[in-house]
Amino acid sequence: MAEIVIKNLRKDFGDFTAVQESSFTIEDGEFFMLLGPSGCGKTTTLRMIAGLELPTSGEIFLDGEEISQRPPSKRDIAFVFQMFALYPHLNVRKNISYPLASQGMKRRDIKAKVAEVSKILGIEHMLDKPVGGLSGGDRQRVALGRAIVREPKAFMMDEPLGALDAEFREHMSEELRALHDRMGATTVYVTHDQLEAMQMGDKIVVMNNAVVEQFGTPRDIYNKPASVFVADFIGSPSMNFLPFNGTVKSGDTTVQMGQQRIVVPEQLTSAEGELILGIRPENISLSDNGAVKSSVVALEYLGTTQIVVLDSEYGELKARVDAAQPVAVGENVGLEFDSATITLFAKSNGRALRSVLNDGVFPHG
Amino acid sequence: MSYSVTEPSSRQKWVAGTLVVLYALITMVPLLWIMMTSFKTPPDSISYPPKILYQPSLEGYVNLFTTRTRVSPEKLASLPPPANFAEEIVRDRKMVIAGPSKFGGRFLNSVIIGFGSTFLSVFLGTLAAYAFSRFKIPLADDLLFFILSTRMMPPIAVAIPIFLMYRKLGLNDTHLGMILLYTAVNISLAVWLLKGFIDEIPREYEEAALIDGYTRFQAFYKVVLPQAATGIASTAIFCLIFAWNEYAFAVLLTSGTAQTAPPFIPTIIGVGGLDWPAIAAGATLFLLPVMIFTVMLRKHLLRGITFGAVRK
Repeated sequence: MAEIVIKNLRKDFGDFTAVQESSFTIEDGEFFMLLGPSGCGKTTTLRMIAGLELPTSGEIFLDGEEISQRPPSKRDIAFVFQMFALYPHLNVRKNISYPLASQGMKRRDIKAKVAEVSKILGIEHMLDKPVGGLSGGDRQRVALGRAIVREPKAFMMDEPLGALDAEFREHMSEELRALHDRMGATTVYVTHDQLEAMQMGDKIVVMNNAVVEQFGTPRDIYNKPASVFVADFIGSPSMNFLPFNGTVKSGDTTVQMGQQRIVVPEQLTSAEGELILGIRPENISLSDNGAVKSSVVALEYLGTTQIVVLDSEYGELKARVDAAQPVAVGENVGLEFDSATITLFAKSNGRALRSVLNDGVFPHG
Repeated sequence: MSYSVTEPSSRQKWVAGTLVVLYALITMVPLLWIMMTSFKTPPDSISYPPKILYQPSLEGYVNLFTTRTRVSPEKLASLPPPANFAEEIVRDRKMVIAGPSKFGGRFLNSVIIGFGSTFLSVFLGTLAAYAFSRFKIPLADDLLFFILSTRMMPPIAVAIPIFLMYRKLGLNDTHLGMILLYTAVNISLAVWLLKGFIDEIPREYEEAALIDGYTRFQAFYKVVLPQAATGIASTAIFCLIFAWNEYAFAVLLTSGTAQTAPPFIPTIIGVGGLDWPAIAAGATLFLLPVMIFTVMLRKHLLRGITFGAVRK
C-alpha cells in the first residue's frame, strides 16, 4: 500500500497539451477521484501514473520512489479499464490468473489465490466460463479480480462503471467502495460523473482543460469551490451565478449589488470590476421578508425537495426548498441568501476570491 | 416496396436456396469434370459423346506417377506376374513401368515454395501490420501507400528484370528464389489485410497485459496474436492460393530442381500422346492441398471476431 505524489506532471501530444503542470498527493489507502469533463486530461493523468503513457515532464513518486519513466510491469500498479479489457480468448480463471502467471508463480499457489479472490467477489461459480457470455456486472467483477489478485501497491480505475447501466452502477459503486475499505489499498478513480465522485471519493481532483482546478475533500469542493468551473460542474442543479459590477476590499463583509447590499463572508482580498456572486440553490430560501424580489417561473418536484425556478432582478435563479412548502407558478416571492455560504468570483479568470469561508482550501492567491 | 426485419418466408428461403445451390453446381462442374476424367481410362476420356457413367480406373494416377516403356508380347509373357495393381494396369496396355515420374518432386516443390512463402508473408506481414497499427511511424501513410504500390502493375511486367537479377544472384531455379519472389508479391496484401484486422483489436488488451506484468512482445504474441487469428488465417489462405497457383514466373524462372507443379502438369501431354486422365489426376491432386488448408481454416474464416469481452 502506498502514497502517490504527483509533481508538475505534464503531457504533450505534439502541439496539444493534455495535462499541464499538475501536482497533487494521494495518501496511503485513499479512494481518490480524478473528476472532470471528457478531454480534460484526467485519463491521461491516470495512464501516466500506471505507465501506459510516459509524461513529457514532471515526476511521479510511488512510496517515495520515482517511477515516471518505468514500464508498467515495473510499477506494481493494477489498472481496471472502462471496457474491462478481459482477454476474450481466455476463460474467467485464466483471466484472473494472468498477472500471477507473468510473475512465474507456482500453479498451486495461483489456484489458491484465484479461489480466494473469486470468493471475495462472489464469482466462484463462473471461473470456468468464457468471458464472452458474462453480463456487464460480472465482467466488471472479473476485471476487479484480475486487478486485486496480485495485491498491487495501488489501483487505477478508468471509469470502471461507465459501461454499466444506471441501476447496476449504483450497486457496483457500493461494492467497489466496500472492497476498497476492506483492502485499504490506494485507489485512483477516473470519472466524469460528479455524483459518483462525491459518493465514493475520500478526495477529489477536479480537472478542466488540462489544468487541475481544485483538489480536496468532496465537502470542501462542494462548499468552497475554487473556481466558477468547479462550482458549476459539481452539484445538480449547479450553483447560481449572479454577475455584477462592484468593488470588494479586504475586510468587507457586504457587497453592493445593484440596489441591494448583500452580506457575504469576510473577504481577504481586494477586487473590482466584473464579479460573480455564487450561491447554491439550497442556500436560497423563499420568504416574504427577503430583500431580493422575484417571481416563480417553474417548479420541479423531486420528492423530498423541489427546485423553484425564479426570475429575479439578477437573472434566472434556482432555489431548492422543502417539498412541503407551498409555492405556485406566477407567485411573487422574496429571496433570502444564506450569506455564510456565498462565494465571490472574479469574472476575468473565473477564480474564487479568498474569504474566511474558503481560506486555506486552495493554494493559489 | 416494404422492408421487414422478420424471418424470410419459407418460399423466399426456398427460392434463395435453389439459386445458391444452382450457382454452386455450375461453378463446381469443371472441377467435377476434372475429377471424373482423372478416374477414366484414356479411351473413355476422349470418347464421344462424353461418358458420364464409366468403369472407374486408376490408370491416370498410375501414369501420372510413372514412366513406362512398350515391350514386345514375348517379353511381356516372360515376365513374372504383376506385383501390384499399378503393374497390372500398365501391362494391360502392353507396357512395363520404367521408373517414377517427376511429378512427386514437382509437387513437393510446390508444397515447399507455396507454404514457405505463405509463412514468410504472414510472419513479416503481421509484424509490419502491428507496427503500422500501434506505433507512431514517421510517414506511415506514405510507407503504406508505397507497400501497396508494388501491386499496382501486373507482377509479370517486371519478369525480365527479375529474370536477369535472379541469374546474376544465382537464384534461378532455386526454392529460396521462388519463396522470396512470391513473398515479395504477397507481402503488400498481407500488410494491408492484417493492418485492418489488428486495427480492430482494442489496444486495451495489450495495455492490460502490460499492466499484468508482460513485456510489449509478450503482450503481442500472447494477446494480440490469438485475437488476430481470424485475420491471419484468411491472409494465409489468400497468400497460399496465389503462390500455389502461380504459373508465369514458375515457367520463366524454374526448369528443374525448383520447378513447381503448375508448369509441370501440362508437360505430361508430350510424354505419351494426349494422356488426359494423367493430366486430370495431376490437377486433382494439385487442388487438394489448398482445399484441405481452406477447409481446415474455415472455422477461423467464418467465426466472427470475438470482441465479446469489450463493449463497443
